[in-house]
Amino acid sequence: MSSETKRTAGRSSLPDAHPVIEFRHASYQLPDGRALLRDLNLAVERGETLVLLGRSGAGKSTALKLINRMLEPSDGAVLVEGRSTLEGDPIELRRRIGYVIQEVGLFPHFTVEQNISLLPRLEHWPEDRIRARVAELLQLVGLSEAEFLHRYPHQLSGGQRQRVGVARALAADPPILLMDEPFGALDPLTRAEVQCEFQDLQRRLKKTIVIVTHHVAEALLLGDHIGVIDAGALVGLHTPKDFMSATEPVTAAYTANVRMFEKLEGPE
Amino acid sequence: MNLLEYFARHHREILQATLEHVWLVGIAMLLAVAVGVPLGVLVARQPWLARPILGGANIAETIPSLALFGFLLPVPWLGDRAERIAIAALALYALLPIIRNTAAGITGVDRAIRDAARGMGMTERQILFQVELPLSFSTMLAGIRVATVLTVGIATIAAAVGAGGLGEFIFRGLAMVNNQLILAGAIPAALLALIADFLLGVCERRLQPARS
Repeated sequence: MSSETKRTAGRSSLPDAHPVIEFRHASYQLPDGRALLRDLNLAVERGETLVLLGRSGAGKSTALKLINRMLEPSDGAVLVEGRSTLEGDPIELRRRIGYVIQEVGLFPHFTVEQNISLLPRLEHWPEDRIRARVAELLQLVGLSEAEFLHRYPHQLSGGQRQRVGVARALAADPPILLMDEPFGALDPLTRAEVQCEFQDLQRRLKKTIVIVTHHVAEALLLGDHIGVIDAGALVGLHTPKDFMSATEPVTAAYTANVRMFEKLEGPE
Repeated sequence: MNLLEYFARHHREILQATLEHVWLVGIAMLLAVAVGVPLGVLVARQPWLARPILGGANIAETIPSLALFGFLLPVPWLGDRAERIAIAALALYALLPIIRNTAAGITGVDRAIRDAARGMGMTERQILFQVELPLSFSTMLAGIRVATVLTVGIATIAAAVGAGGLGEFIFRGLAMVNNQLILAGAIPAALLALIADFLLGVCERRLQPARS
């Protein structure tokens, strides 16, 4: 994949010499021997968004969890900023990686403020810096501080919860963001809204992002690259542009699905 | 002499016995919580320990209370004073519901919430104290409530080994075939149980985690 990623000339200085995230023949199998992920080879460059697309149970969440060491590869290696995830402290690794899951990931007994500020507090930031950061993040995700600061997750709509989830993941300004079906629990209209907002955020923040989804439209909208995962293996890696003309069967099934909707819109 | 008059005349002794009773139950409950909550966490964390721990607490529960007081008599240090025996026995009885509910509360925390906490880089300790235990408070408290009501009743039997409390009246009443004496112990004991149940119920509702 690195071959097709255009590296800006003159940016081959040390920190960018290696991809931010790299899977090297990474496999993961359950203790009972069932393989969830087989021989995955993938690289994500700095500032790039990779979308992992596939059916439920295809192994995409497994791949995501290998990056922040929620799971450890049974074979091969996963490198984050050039270092194997198995080196060093998993807690330290995870604190440099934002993690967003479906809306249920917010702590129900914490207010919006407490949810967002949790990591800065664990990292012992001074109180005024925390306050400023929370205000900044709420503004970034488009929520009014006065209105939402002291609400509990159950007092928010799905879209609002999602925004808080993103704000929480960004709290300690991690260079990497992992998102597992982040917009999965939203109704289609809210989903489209939040996706567009997120696209905007993506452009401004320049984070390295990996998103797991089974929505092909989401993949086409948000991904710089789309990795199609099927039955534990990477079966295709495309830019959104060549995704539509890919011939390999699983990807073709997705594009056929997209075309079906285009047909509904009618030829113009 | 009617009951009210009896209560009025002996209110000092009844109050004294009630306070003794509250003291026995209070200390026993503190002990049971201090031991039971960590054991409950262990049961939730290490499933292989669930069987021995819950089994042990279950067995303690099945020993007839009068016999348990008797069994504890020859134990060194404990057997020296009646209150010690009573408190130890009551704490043993209170253990099971506390362990069980603590474990149930922790295992009942949504997996997604645990995953989010872990993925954010919280340590196991931070997850336990800042996420799992706070979210289990109301379930834990329900166990403590059941245990407290149970112990208020059983504590009346502590008088059999001379530990005092409201059971004194009941045992004396039984020996003298005096219903008023029995009631002088039984009514305050029942009231105590009701009050404890009510107060802990209020706390339990207060601590109910907001659910989405």
